[in-house]
Amino acid sequence: MAYNINHLNELEAEAIYVMREVAAQFEKPAILFSGGKDSILLTHLAKKAFFPAKIPFPLVHIDTGHNFPETIEFRDYLADLLDAKLIVGSVQEAIDAGLAVEEKGANASRNVAQIPALLKAIEDHQFDALLGGARRDEEKARAKERFFSHRDEFGQWDPKNQRPELWNIFNGKKHFGEHFRIFPISNWTELDVWQYIAKENIELPKTYYSHVRPCVVRNGTILAVSEFVQPREGEEVKDMQVRFRTMGDATITGAYLSDADTMEKIIQEVASARETERGNRADDKRSETAMEDRKKEGYF
Amino acid sequence: MEQEIFNAESYSKMELLRFTTAGSVDDGKSTLIGRLLYDSKSIFEDQMEAVKVSSERRGDENINLALVTDGLKSEREQGITIDVAYRYFSTPKRKFIIADTPGHIQYTRNMVTGASTANLAIILVDARHGVVEQTKRHSLIASLLGIPHVVICINKMDLVDFSEETFNKIKNDYKQFASKLNVKDVNFIPISALLGDNVVNESENMNWYKGTTLMYHLENVHIANDHNHIDSRFPVQTVIRPHSDEYHDYRGYAGRVAGGVFKKGDDVTILPSGFTSKIKSVEFAGKPLEEAYSPMSITMTLEDNVDVSRGDMIVRTGNMPEISQDIDAMICWMDDKNPLRLNGKYSLMHTTKSCRCVVKEIVYKMDVNNLHKLEDDKNIGLNDIGRIKIRTTQPLFFDAYNRNRITGSFILIEEGTNVTVGACMIRS
Repeated sequence: MAYNINHLNELEAEAIYVMREVAAQFEKPAILFSGGKDSILLTHLAKKAFFPAKIPFPLVHIDTGHNFPETIEFRDYLADLLDAKLIVGSVQEAIDAGLAVEEKGANASRNVAQIPALLKAIEDHQFDALLGGARRDEEKARAKERFFSHRDEFGQWDPKNQRPELWNIFNGKKHFGEHFRIFPISNWTELDVWQYIAKENIELPKTYYSHVRPCVVRNGTILAVSEFVQPREGEEVKDMQVRFRTMGDATITGAYLSDADTMEKIIQEVASARETERGNRADDKRSETAMEDRKKEGYF
Repeated sequence: MEQEIFNAESYSKMELLRFTTAGSVDDGKSTLIGRLLYDSKSIFEDQMEAVKVSSERRGDENINLALVTDGLKSEREQGITIDVAYRYFSTPKRKFIIADTPGHIQYTRNMVTGASTANLAIILVDARHGVVEQTKRHSLIASLLGIPHVVICINKMDLVDFSEETFNKIKNDYKQFASKLNVKDVNFIPISALLGDNVVNESENMNWYKGTTLMYHLENVHIANDHNHIDSRFPVQTVIRPHSDEYHDYRGYAGRVAGGVFKKGDDVTILPSGFTSKIKSVEFAGKPLEEAYSPMSITMTLEDNVDVSRGDMIVRTGNMPEISQDIDAMICWMDDKNPLRLNGKYSLMHTTKSCRCVVKEIVYKMDVNNLHKLEDDKNIGLNDIGRIKIRTTQPLFFDAYNRNRITGSFILIEEGTNVTVGACMIRS
């Protein structure tokens, strides 16, 4: 029987089905755009889902102010290319307004401070659905996440009271002030994402490919030296050939030694990796339930 | 698997298999999943490191593979799995999605959720205890939810001296019971999840067993026919209207094929209007497709400018679904607050259509442990399964669930809380 599609096409069909449900069921949906490969992938899927119409979602970026410059450049370029509206929520503004507090101490990050900035953007723009690129294989608290994840009027997630999700019927009914986080690529793994990016020839920021840049090694993690990461006493700045597997804040996203400068080499590398892509994210290492704790508060 | 020999060519031919696992805490279900992931080299070093640390903290003697699949904080504290957790692994042949569900009766709704999208169910039986009530309940759910393939893993064979006699007795007991069920493809595999016998690697302790390992079965079971490719059904999700100069009059009907095959030139009927037309194009992202079938997401254009909107269904003329406002269905109740109300009104979602309905009759409740129909007990509460008759405010276009899992299923939603309270399968 020829009526058979391969797993990448099936994952694509599922993600596109989810996106079309979002467009049909919600008034003001948006794509949460982090600048990372997963959210770039979402914009690509959205383009395919609604072709020849424009994508029916604006891009929302919560800017911590600690991003790699390459991330911001690429964000603006992509929004322009897609002719999509770009909405930027600023963590710095949230801190200045007293909504968020800057972390102190040697390993401070703005990861947690994103939450109030995000919730403010949701309120200001009255978004009722936010599409995100999170995947269930990333982290154990995400393994139980729904495609349509309900958030109460405070933006909180209640892991004990999630709506059952049956077949491919997605219940997006909600009360005023509540919203949904939607994860169309829930069932993709990191390898699926890379394979699909290669197959579709999707353009990515250069930071995903191997390049040489000045770095320091801190607590076993390679960090790129930048405006936000300066060498501390006893740390030596070295030019290293690295690439990034995820794109978070410059302060917390670890680089990997790699000579993978083409898509083919990256896929080989991902396929033989012995560590998850979040294995080098300082934010997840804080405690065994770090991700779950942040999610309950309204994290991505 | 050894990913070093990975190549893009074979990757593009990989199929996707979704399976569910049901079993209680003591059946070794988490250990089995941990074993599948571990022996297929799908556990990353940092995950393994976390499991080692947790094992030591708990005072476990060895690395506790069951901890690999534990998710939320409260579950770790109680040592039980309370929700559906999804796990992923792949071999060079297939990508696998595991819906890992708890097996206790109070989590029937989680099992039903996990089963709703599965191609295959693994049901664990403890070799020391044989077929028990729980085995029957899990099998009933697999049967009700129309899972095409079932594998009975008789686990803990190491604790019964790898006895062939024990295995055969359990197999026969099961067959006798399962004759009352609607499961077409059942396989029996003797395993030890703890030691790894017949999970990924062949057992050296059970030479009498001539069948395949669990992993071989998962990699090779025939799943291409799990979708309905006979009855052409296209529920419209949304209408694409670009309003641009280039595509001024373009009207594309976007959706995911729910059954059958659609091609350019096919005569189609639009429900509920009954208008007929011809398919002008079947396309995806601007590229024409030869044909489209389930589970593809596509866009369709028609020759005539007829009125089509979300909730409508495009079908091949001459192959109509059933059309009715009176529906006879099996229901699994999922609400922990209130039981199903006779004469109660609920919202309903069926394919892309939403309407309301009233519960006209509760025919019976089913005793999920022995399949008895309880016609005197019509109180359907959390985790109960029963048969109901409803009347909808608008006609539904459907097929029996055992013919098509997409057009044969719907959910009930409590109107005050918006919570999904019922999972329903339409009877033939």
